[in-house]
Amino acid sequence: MTAIKTEHIDVLVIGGGPAGMAAAIAARLAGARHVAIVERGGYLGGILNQCIHNGFGLELLKKDLTGPEYAQHYIDQVKRLKITVMLNTMAIDITKDREVTLSNSKDGLIRIKAGAIVLAMGCRERTAGMLSISGTRPAGIYTAGVAQTLINLKNLMVGKRVVILGSGDIGLIMARRLTLEGAKVISVVEKSPYPGGLLRNVTQCLEDFDIPLILSHTIIEVEGRDRLESVTLARVDRHGNPLKSRRKKIKCDTLLISAGLIPENELSKKAGVRIDKKTGGPIVDEEYHTSVPGIFACGNVVSVHDIVDWASMDAEIAGASASLYSSKPWHRHHALEIELDNEISYCVPQILRGSRDTEVSIRVKRPIEKVFVGVRRDTMLSRSAYHEILIPSEALRVPIKAGAVEGAENLSIFIEKSSSIKREHK
Amino acid sequence: MDKCYDVIIIGAGVVGSAVAREMSRYKGSVLLLEKEHDVACGASGANSGVIHAGFNVPTGSLKARFNVKGAKLLRTIAEELDVPMKFTGKLVVALKGPELAQLKHLKAQGEANGVRGLKIISKDELRRLEPNIEGIAALHSPNSGIICPFTLNIALAENALSNGVDIRLNTEVTRISKREDHFRVFTKKGTFRGRYVINSAGLMADKIAAMVGLKYFRVQPCRGEYFVLDRASSGLLKRMVYPVPPVRGNVLGVHLTPTIDGNILIGPSAELIHDKYDTRTTGPGLGRLLKEAKLLLPALKSPEIITSFSGIRPKLARPTYRGCYDFIVKDEPQVRGFINLAGIESPGLTAAVAIAREIALSLKKKLALKKNGSFKYRREGIVRVRELPLEERASLIRKRKEYGELLCRCEEISKAEIIDALNNPLGVRSMRGIKIRTRAMMGRCQGGFCGPNIIDLLQRKGIDPDEINLRGKNSCMLTGKTK
Repeated sequence: MTAIKTEHIDVLVIGGGPAGMAAAIAARLAGARHVAIVERGGYLGGILNQCIHNGFGLELLKKDLTGPEYAQHYIDQVKRLKITVMLNTMAIDITKDREVTLSNSKDGLIRIKAGAIVLAMGCRERTAGMLSISGTRPAGIYTAGVAQTLINLKNLMVGKRVVILGSGDIGLIMARRLTLEGAKVISVVEKSPYPGGLLRNVTQCLEDFDIPLILSHTIIEVEGRDRLESVTLARVDRHGNPLKSRRKKIKCDTLLISAGLIPENELSKKAGVRIDKKTGGPIVDEEYHTSVPGIFACGNVVSVHDIVDWASMDAEIAGASASLYSSKPWHRHHALEIELDNEISYCVPQILRGSRDTEVSIRVKRPIEKVFVGVRRDTMLSRSAYHEILIPSEALRVPIKAGAVEGAENLSIFIEKSSSIKREHK
Repeated sequence: MDKCYDVIIIGAGVVGSAVAREMSRYKGSVLLLEKEHDVACGASGANSGVIHAGFNVPTGSLKARFNVKGAKLLRTIAEELDVPMKFTGKLVVALKGPELAQLKHLKAQGEANGVRGLKIISKDELRRLEPNIEGIAALHSPNSGIICPFTLNIALAENALSNGVDIRLNTEVTRISKREDHFRVFTKKGTFRGRYVINSAGLMADKIAAMVGLKYFRVQPCRGEYFVLDRASSGLLKRMVYPVPPVRGNVLGVHLTPTIDGNILIGPSAELIHDKYDTRTTGPGLGRLLKEAKLLLPALKSPEIITSFSGIRPKLARPTYRGCYDFIVKDEPQVRGFINLAGIESPGLTAAVAIAREIALSLKKKLALKKNGSFKYRREGIVRVRELPLEERASLIRKRKEYGELLCRCEEISKAEIIDALNNPLGVRSMRGIKIRTRAMMGRCQGGFCGPNIIDLLQRKGIDPDEINLRGKNSCMLTGKTK
């Protein structure tokens, strides 16, 4: 029997993607001495490495970078700050007392006792299996992210005639990428009446390449014994149910699924962290502190972000807070759960303690035009701003001052049509 | 064509592989032919993975005899061949009053078949055993269990191979001709001679039998669809939960089965189909499964579904024994030397080894075979690191580093396990081959993270990207390199 070695670390960050790196850097800069990143892949940067398109860093770094360039910006700092990086290492267990068991080929199993932990495991893709599409199970059905890995990191082509189900950002990006690689992208099919990804991606990846986006449709059947041969397209009604009429068979050898991302919280659940059913991620406060003291969470493990810049920004707060906690643990009782308007599907952070000014990220359930979004403290309107349009694919960040939380009994975020709110606003 | 085999077995499902393994106890030459690229490609690889105790089958039938005997044999064989198995027990649940009589009938039938430990339990007792299950009473069978169907089939074939059985995959039988004292078995990859031919071709058993002129039975494909739930749902139940079998259809009804790996299976449905290869899942079929499962398990509000699949039962078109669709286990008098093992549907997985042992014993006598003195009755499978105690796991990684690197994050499968699966004795190189040998790609991300890494390992083994396939050479994963 081999005894398992135990190590003490101030801040342990699980996940070396954009959120994990930003959190580790912030923790180090905030004073934590021994900060370590555990990454299950073979390199830092996570999914950024396969995102060879540009558009990263516009908000935070004020630069237009590719995914690998954006990652490099952080990797350089991780090195400079002498943060321990453990690659090809997976956390196989975690306790609420912040004891983490790691597995890798170099050290075998190691137990880490951490002053604070930052969960930054990211998310995974919704698979064809989860969608329960009828039909056979031939080769040629990939999630958009797997196709992206194969094409951009392994130089392997996934198919020649492609249909993409779901208009999430990865699907849109892959429609362009596959076209540039010589494949025929027949169409991108979206069940909702509006696209799932960023509008800029619809323009730059589909419209500029004449790839049709078919809204309010879905794929109801796949066929092919060995390799995919065709898919059946159907129009859906307002509730998303496929209509019997208006079905069409499309010959293709590849189906990419880009139907959403799921925060990967199996480890969080092992630690006993409370999960928000709506986001699929931990419930956090404005310091990205979860329900388990000393365990923080940031990036896509908390909720899926539209752009990486926001993930990095939230992660910086999580990392700095984790650093503080590791040197001086706290226990705050006061917590205010943010109440949400019916039009809003979720918000992050979900609870506020008034410990710092924050930006609460909200997502609407469906597109709405000409609205005021505001924060109400008890019965008082504390702030509101006008928006021409809000869409589900683009989250809105609502600033809330620490002072607004202090002493409040309840706090809510509301959305109102500009006509109904005008009086109050004036 | 020189060699004449003592026995040629057609079909490397669980039945054919079990016969091959049992035959390898003796000094005879055995050839196992399989048309697919791997073993367990038909019903043997798509079922509930249940060890039936033997109360569902009519007393006096072959099903009853081989089921009860098979369940006993599996305990030893699974241990010898390193096949994960667990006797969880089973509950057949009555939801309404009239079903109570059926529970009593099942109990009496089981006892007549020689099943031990059967007990009818009250609603309170049911609640105590399975707090999430609805029902007014249940039949409790402590000797029912679960087994990994893939590993069982693979282990039997690998053990047969290591004991000298020739195994040819991708070798479809096209014609059989009967000679004076042997058969000539024609395949797409040459012709083989054998003194005895065993037909364990599953869905294709009628086609194979017809090749020697036996047309007295027809296989009627009956599709069963399943849902697979995430391991996170494993807390919902501890043992198998079945409804009282439906009156029609000769099936057991939609049940809930915890798998050996901690998932839950919901299914199967039962639908008679025409095409024996039509393993599609259907929207309505899956919808019904959930509805029926919720009757037993109301807590299944928003099930965490990982995927769905379907398997096809090789049912006989007509009943053969007192209204029962019994197995055909028959040394055919009209075609001397031809043995039919057909219609082996449920409880076939449990019965397979018992059928095999009986067939092997009779062939030993007929062929006057000696015992194989060097018979290896053990087979070591691929280590499953996730199941090891941590200290043991740490020692293992010290000995072989690749056990420490987890390539499949959802199922915690190490690189070492995947490499071992790649180097499997049968020489299977497909993605599915690795999947059923390790569970990599079977978890919640369905290969989203480990899939590309496994493709890497296949390439490193010298396989061209164009040849990397999902399940056999026509199911190519890739269309070459990028520009």
